[in-house]
Amino acid sequence: MSSHRLAPLAVLAVVAALLPLALTNNFLLNIAIVAGFNAIVCVGLNLLIGFAGQISLGHAGFFGLGAYASAVLVSTYGWPPLAALLAGAVAVGLLAFAVAKPILRLKGHYLAMATLGIGIIISIVLKTETKITGGPDGMPVDSFAVLGFQAYGEKVWYWIVAGLLLVAVWAALNLIDSPAGRALRAVHGAEVAAETLGVDTAGYKVMVFVLSAVMASITGSLSAHYLGFITPSASDFFRSIELVTMVVFGGMASTFGAVVGAVVLTVLPQLLTAFQDYEAMVLGAILMLTMVFMPKGLVPTLSALIAPRRRV
Amino acid sequence: MINAASPAMMDTVAQAAPAVAERTSPLLRVENLSREFGGVLAIQDLSFTLPKGRIVSIIGPNGAGKTTLFNLITGVYTPTYGRILFDGRDISGLPPFKLAARGMSRTFQNLQIFFNMSALENVMVGRHLHLDRGVLAALFRLPRLVRKDKEARELAAELMREVGLSKYIDAQASAMPYGALKRLEIARALAAEPKMLLLDEPAAGLNGTESREIDELIKRIAARGITVVLVEHDMKMVMGISDHILALNYGRKLAEGTPAEVSANPDVIAAYLGSMA
Repeated sequence: MSSHRLAPLAVLAVVAALLPLALTNNFLLNIAIVAGFNAIVCVGLNLLIGFAGQISLGHAGFFGLGAYASAVLVSTYGWPPLAALLAGAVAVGLLAFAVAKPILRLKGHYLAMATLGIGIIISIVLKTETKITGGPDGMPVDSFAVLGFQAYGEKVWYWIVAGLLLVAVWAALNLIDSPAGRALRAVHGAEVAAETLGVDTAGYKVMVFVLSAVMASITGSLSAHYLGFITPSASDFFRSIELVTMVVFGGMASTFGAVVGAVVLTVLPQLLTAFQDYEAMVLGAILMLTMVFMPKGLVPTLSALIAPRRRV
Repeated sequence: MINAASPAMMDTVAQAAPAVAERTSPLLRVENLSREFGGVLAIQDLSFTLPKGRIVSIIGPNGAGKTTLFNLITGVYTPTYGRILFDGRDISGLPPFKLAARGMSRTFQNLQIFFNMSALENVMVGRHLHLDRGVLAALFRLPRLVRKDKEARELAAELMREVGLSKYIDAQASAMPYGALKRLEIARALAAEPKMLLLDEPAAGLNGTESREIDELIKRIAARGITVVLVEHDMKMVMGISDHILALNYGRKLAEGTPAEVSANPDVIAAYLGSMA
């Protein structure tokens, strides 16, 4: 049972370990690192969207808050990067907790609207608090250092991101196959029934919202350090949509799907630059066709073809 | 499990020790219960008590308020007036998940299956309250959680066999037929180890053989000391297995008593014939 459960993780670990052999220059490594950051956020977001059946169109806001917490606390106030990262995560966790209770009572379109609003508010604050954040021009971020070790260069960051992604996937797989994870899926499947079986549905919804927001915040902090520069566009509405698209494209309720969705949709635009002006149109067409022919997303559809009746 | 004390004995006990009397009091007491939906009273000033360890049926024509009453008792709806006492404590207005923790479990007239999970996992959700529900324990997969989950998995399989779903133990819920899903809901509700199990039309849509099997299953559940409350249209089934019947019409109590008493009650006969005319 448990070997089957962690099979995707083993596959992912092997791919992550072998990938640097193919990524021969920093340009390619950079794409892999960005894909890895996106994948971590998507693994968290998929717990909320794919498993618990809730929606968030504001997660880039949490990502941006984490990024700016690190940028401001480290570069302006000289905090140690790890302390700044944790402070950002705690702050985002508290914010997510405070807003989750009222907004997660909403369903469907209304929940989408409310989370959209939160994302937009965060984005506006980051843009307009020019004295703290540097406004639309953004601000530089010092490199990440902890206990004398300084994260510098694409190679080092690749291994950091790969390691964190594996931890995130492992934790997500653990959660899904636990009483709490079944409770989340039960909320998606039949909320009333879950409630009558003793599942605190409201509590679990808040929990998974906070968890996914904190994952986005931590990833935001690290990516700010990696890029060395941060602008409010990291937190804007289009980023949120992009993240949700990655989850849906890869396959909802599939942790592996979230990773594949994030990687494909990070790499694809790079490949499509060959189409120059038509890049966005081709990307849009690919997304549409995938959803028409694979409505369950990439990974669930493909795994159903390979091994019928089994769930990844 | 089943209370065998005679009424006389219970009186003496009640005088001597109120605490003991509390425990031997009815499992469910409904007092002046009303529920309004936009000016219409779906349940009107309803009072009754249900003893422990019996099979009780709630009957009535369509629209009599049976399902509304179920939803009120299990906390899905909150009463407009009146109160509900479960096991001696006021539960009116408590959310369903807290009632589940006090020993109430139910099935649904319109199936409420977790179609995004396997059949076995559906039953395991029923075990929720007995497991390690925390998120941190789950993220790090602590050994205790794993052990209890394994036990829950075995128990869930056992319950599925008990309700006659042996061949669906490895199935996805979405691949199961209607009749099997009805039983799956019963197995899931039993996994919670309830004191009271409310079954909302367990035989609806089943054929004669299936319906008789459900009959037997309900009797076995009651024999374990679980109070079974039933909403059912199949009168043959109701009259055959109930110890006690509560008849509703237009949200009010029409009659109450043994199957023989209720089926002989002129008001009940009138209500049913009237509704057919």
